[in-house]
Amino acid sequence: MEALLRLENLHRRFGAMRAVNGISLDVPRGQVLGFLGPNGAGKSTTMKMAAGFLPPDEGRVLLAGIDMWRSPVAAKRHLGYLPEGAPLHDEMTVRGFLAFCGRVRGLSGAALRQALERAAQRTQLAPVWGQRIGTLSKGYRRRMGLAQAIMHEPDVLILDEPTDGLDPNQKQVVRELIRDMAKKSAIIVSTHILEEVPAVCDRVVIIARGRIVAQGTAEEIAAQAPQGGEPSLELAFRHLTGAAANGGRAAA
Amino acid sequence: MSALAAIVRRELAAYFATPIAYVFIAVFVALAGVFTFQVGNFFNRGMADLMPLFLYLPWLLLVLAPAVAMRLWAEERARGTIELLLTLPLATWQAVVAKWLAGWLFLGIGLMATWGLWITVNWLGEPDNGVIALGYLAAWMTGGVLLAAGAAASALTRNQVIAFVLAAAICFVLMSAATPLVQEALGALLPAWLAEALAAASALSHFSSVAQGVISAADVLYWVSMTAFWLFVNVLVVEWKKAA
Ligand SMILES: Nc1ncnc2c1ncn2[C@@H]1O[C@H](COP(=O)(O)OP(=O)(O)OP(=O)(O)O)[C@@H](O)[C@H]1O
Ligand SMILES: [Mg+2]
Repeated sequence: MEALLRLENLHRRFGAMRAVNGISLDVPRGQVLGFLGPNGAGKSTTMKMAAGFLPPDEGRVLLAGIDMWRSPVAAKRHLGYLPEGAPLHDEMTVRGFLAFCGRVRGLSGAALRQALERAAQRTQLAPVWGQRIGTLSKGYRRRMGLAQAIMHEPDVLILDEPTDGLDPNQKQVVRELIRDMAKKSAIIVSTHILEEVPAVCDRVVIIARGRIVAQGTAEEIAAQAPQGGEPSLELAFRHLTGAAANGGRAAA
Repeated sequence: MSALAAIVRRELAAYFATPIAYVFIAVFVALAGVFTFQVGNFFNRGMADLMPLFLYLPWLLLVLAPAVAMRLWAEERARGTIELLLTLPLATWQAVVAKWLAGWLFLGIGLMATWGLWITVNWLGEPDNGVIALGYLAAWMTGGVLLAAGAAASALTRNQVIAFVLAAAICFVLMSAATPLVQEALGALLPAWLAEALAAASALSHFSSVAQGVISAADVLYWVSMTAFWLFVNVLVVEWKKAA
């Protein structure tokens, strides 16, 4: 299957620090890719480059075959992006902000109304529809960020920690939404909540220190837990990213 | 173009979402009144015109334009919403122009809020309303230049106070580069050609001649090209900060 999102050999440094050091990925339509790694591994940096916010030092980003850094506007038409921490305009209402996003994306009239209704329904935002964003609870805030990302039914969804800080019920709502969106889109999701990975992600990529250290299905990764142990995603994660950290230090 | 219009609309609404906009406008109108009637010696001049207003308006704009410009980009950076804005399907220049346009409309609203002064002079006498209209046009266009420079300053930082100070400093030089005092200071600091170039680009002379009722194509060209220049700088700053 053709990849809707393709990252080719992405590099990015901040000063002397190599935050992302040669990451390549393919995500086809219908797939949810779990993007895991310890704090500071370079997940958000990679996602910002994929979303066309941060220019890579090296490498390419292709969305639906369009080069993000050559034809940014055309590429971004295919994109829905939830930045880390779900930044939003606090003084706007939920409806006002979503309508703004829709209008910038060229929706108007009946098409805009439909998109708003659908987004409100899928993210269950109806109870706070006219409320100011600054007064929303964390759960609604995060779903608001998701609504903005999905309202135009993008081909590619980039979600940076969509379930961070949510209660178990809210997490479930968001996971179901992601699975539902996966029917039509290519999705990359970062998370620190390993328990949700098998249920949400079709494939997992683990990075550490800006490099990919493992990829495969959740079971394949879990099987890489240290010798003699039960297959466990968490043990495998700690083993793989700890080993990478040591390897990195040894090489330096 | 619908993207551009949507941003203009959002930005303009954002000004009025907090009381700050009303405070800006109220203070601006109050100061304009004080300068016109008190400082400008309106009642003793024995002339019903708005010359005193247009004498002080450039200096009021030096405060108002940076105050209007400071939030345009710094706030987006502080909140992180700049990531949303710059990943929407629109070119950077569109976001830059739309934000400036919203600020410029807001400035226009501020200027219109001084309508009481215009009514008053018409009530007291028979001023040349054509000249007054040109004065307002000059103020709005000059404000547009200052605002574009201020917006570029706002794109440099996430701190609105720093944005304001930086914008005010740039606007001050832009406005007064041709005055003897500033020329002297600039002459000491900069090479002569640069000090002269700044003087030639000064906003005050264009403002003053138009506010006195004499407008030429050169004035319009000046406003349009200076605004375009600073909007271009604004785009460069946004792009450069992305990479930094
Ligand atoms: N703008 C920046 N300037 C300097 N360093 C940065 C910048 N952004 C990120 N970094 C550094 O790059 C590295 C990778 O950061 P990144 O945010 O991508 O990690 P992450 O995998 O998303 O971590 P987390 O799980 O904590 O969100 C970190 O060491 C971080 O400090
Ligand atoms: Mg992160």
